[in-house]
Amino acid sequence: MGRALAVIIWLLTLASVVLFFSGWWFPTTITEHGPRIDQQFLITISVVGIAFVAAQIGLGWMIWRYGSDAKNKDERALYTHGNNRLEVVWTVITAVVFIGLAVMGQRVWAQLHFSDAPAGSAQVEVVAQQFAWNMHYPGKDGKFGRTDPTLIKEDENNFIGLDDKDPSAKDDMTTTTLVIPVNRPTELILRSKDVTHSFWVPQLRFKQDLVPGMQIHVHFTATKVGQFQLACAELCGMNHFSMKGTLLVLPQAQYNDVMAASQADFQTKVNTLKDSYELGMVYDENGTKIGKSY
Amino acid sequence: MADENVAHEGHEAVVHRHEPPKSFIRKYIFSLDHKVIGVQYLMLALAAVLVGMTLSILMRMSLTWPDMNWPLIGQIKPDQYLALLTIHGTMMVFFVLTTAPQGGFGNYFLPIQIGAEDMAFPVLNMLSFWVTLVGFIVLIFAFFVDQGAPIGGWTAYPPLSAIPSAGPGQGTGMNLWIISIAIFCVGSLLGALNFITTLLNLRAKGMSLMRMPLTCWAWFTTAVLALLAFPVLLAGGVLLFLDRNLGTSFFVPAGLYIKDVIQPHSGGSPILWQHLFWFFGHPEVYIAILPGMGLTSHILSTFARKPVFGYRAMVFAIFAIGLLGFFVWGHHMFISGMSPYSAMAFSILTLSIGVPSAVKTFNWIGTLWRGKIRFTTPMLFALGFVSLFVAGGITGLVLGQTSLDLPMHDTYFVLGHFHLVMGVAAIFGMFAGVYFWFPKMFGRFMSEKLGRIHFWITFVGVYSIFVPMHIMGIVGMPRRYSRFAENGQQIYLFLENLHPLVLFVTIAAVITFATQFIFFFNLFWSMFKGKKCTVNNPWEATTLEWATTSPPPHDNFAGVPPVVYRGAYEFAVPGAPKDFIMQTEPDGAAEVEEVASGNGHDGHKH
Repeated sequence: MGRALAVIIWLLTLASVVLFFSGWWFPTTITEHGPRIDQQFLITISVVGIAFVAAQIGLGWMIWRYGSDAKNKDERALYTHGNNRLEVVWTVITAVVFIGLAVMGQRVWAQLHFSDAPAGSAQVEVVAQQFAWNMHYPGKDGKFGRTDPTLIKEDENNFIGLDDKDPSAKDDMTTTTLVIPVNRPTELILRSKDVTHSFWVPQLRFKQDLVPGMQIHVHFTATKVGQFQLACAELCGMNHFSMKGTLLVLPQAQYNDVMAASQADFQTKVNTLKDSYELGMVYDENGTKIGKSY
Repeated sequence: MADENVAHEGHEAVVHRHEPPKSFIRKYIFSLDHKVIGVQYLMLALAAVLVGMTLSILMRMSLTWPDMNWPLIGQIKPDQYLALLTIHGTMMVFFVLTTAPQGGFGNYFLPIQIGAEDMAFPVLNMLSFWVTLVGFIVLIFAFFVDQGAPIGGWTAYPPLSAIPSAGPGQGTGMNLWIISIAIFCVGSLLGALNFITTLLNLRAKGMSLMRMPLTCWAWFTTAVLALLAFPVLLAGGVLLFLDRNLGTSFFVPAGLYIKDVIQPHSGGSPILWQHLFWFFGHPEVYIAILPGMGLTSHILSTFARKPVFGYRAMVFAIFAIGLLGFFVWGHHMFISGMSPYSAMAFSILTLSIGVPSAVKTFNWIGTLWRGKIRFTTPMLFALGFVSLFVAGGITGLVLGQTSLDLPMHDTYFVLGHFHLVMGVAAIFGMFAGVYFWFPKMFGRFMSEKLGRIHFWITFVGVYSIFVPMHIMGIVGMPRRYSRFAENGQQIYLFLENLHPLVLFVTIAAVITFATQFIFFFNLFWSMFKGKKCTVNNPWEATTLEWATTSPPPHDNFAGVPPVVYRGAYEFAVPGAPKDFIMQTEPDGAAEVEEVASGNGHDGHKH
């Protein structure tokens, strides 16, 4: 019985490890900070994997080796209440490893969250609502027009309550596609109209809740071009599962061209560019196809 | 204590018996006996786990075949899926993981293990069960009201939970959810007060704190956590209820535009709820797992025939986990919009809590080292607990890191992690407890053969269900999605390769689910038909519950309070006639008297 259990524990451990090497993995990352998150993940999952395997082998070994059977049934176990030196040693070692990992894990976090977006970042206001994403661009003047929930008229396509009497709103553009430039920092201003949502594009290695009543500023830099799916990662209601959006990362020239378009032409241009980048493919900064993103 | 049915048996002055009440209702229904109340809690947890498990199977079926029309239930719609999800989580976390290990086993065995006749406040104890039962019934009712159960998950984040028009089930169903949880909080508070008082005041002569079984330390710490955590949830629930029904705005900010209406609220903060909820919610994780840890230590020592390795370190580790458990709630909120600086502090504290958890694991393995392991069914489940606790707990090192939470938050990786550790490991602790204590509770053994079948399939099954979920999370599968394909079309392309894993997990879940009926059968069949347990101490264990009859009399020790002479786990003592010495064995007696197993309490007069 004991030996069977030991073998089962080892087999489950082996199967778990094999599963982690079976090719299902992160989609390609398309941000500057992404490779460092991937690296930190790899370091951590290696430590986790080694500790997991060591503990299961150790547990299995004790079960294999110290089972009571007919041959040794009159023998007794070792009478010991433990070993203080051992307790200190393993406490200190695990504390150093675990807290070391926690400290290492702060680096990318600090880079993303402890500083404001660099000057010259491309700005987009992301306004989430139940089961759709609205992207609000400041237009040529670089200023976001005033918005007010009392001005929301969904049947007139004013989903975010943009105040058309505000002069800085005159050149603002809204659409459902998030358009950002490659190799230039992007600043997102995240808001929600109704309930809490979460902005998430797996390829960005980035996630942030959009909380009603708050404007959350985040920034990152995309390093690859292409069209990607944007998902909601915080349960927001009945159709949470289908709250799908699009992220379009463009070469800088194309991005500048779209942003210079008039309100009338903007949507057409975005659609044309969307069609030129196949969903799920990754392109380099000039728009040359590299391969699949997942 | 407060029992009125006091009868003095004339023949011996020190014997001070408390007879059980005569009427059926006072004896089995509105009972003040902690043992009956313990069994009532366990039965409640069994009912709840049956509901929770069934809901989870419906969820797996719907996820795997979203367009299927099932016999009897039809197609499971997206909002119905979310209702299943909400009640599954609530049922499991509150009515299974909180009630069974603490209210069930703790109630039954804490007084006996410390040598008390009953809990300190038997009436309070009875009330805590009946209050909890009312909470359970109210929660079940949520399914049957207009629009059904709430869809916001067991975490009930506002504004989704605060605005009735935000989704189906967020009206009456959500109100019932809050009422149910509030009632549950009250029940848990009463229980916690009772546990703490009982443990501190009613220990038998000689039962110093450091002689207590580790189960008692775990229940005690759990009670302290419950005492400090549940009031916070209760307060949060009351505020949420006021926001919903009386127009206050604790959690709702101004200008919400929901269903074409600007909501008449202003000034609240959705994040405030998350702080209150997780200030409760994280200690709750330890409320669920600590009793299982104590029980695992207890059973490993008993069946390895060896003292617990590092008893003192184990006690400190329980304390450390309990204490640190109150300072890590923010790791649920790294990306919630709270300050990124506090996220950093929460991250470091979170990984620190891995240290006492690792210390416990090392000591469990140390307890097995050079033991003489007897592979009974409870031992198999306790060993399974260790394996699963490691497998599930260790990925906390990933999720506790701020930067790694960016890709991992709210994915199936989180689902795999917490189900393995606080769900399945904790439940393995309970299974171990059932198989271990069943002969004491019912005077009969459960079938070892069925127990083993139950163990093997469940052990392999839960690994098969929850390890692949980590992979799904790495690929990017978000949790709480009602479906990943609609009308045969994949919604998110990056998830398209995952279908074989999804199918595999569902098959494993169905098999594991079916296996649990072997357990249910074994449990109820053995109560009436199982092999009789005629001795006090069938497992040759050392602690006080084995010093009394199986099942114990109404007053636990037949009016003779036990006296404790030694620590809880004196196995394999060199020179002793047997490989275990019970706590009640007087010094020196072990060498002079032939001690029949389980004769501890009446073997000496004093």
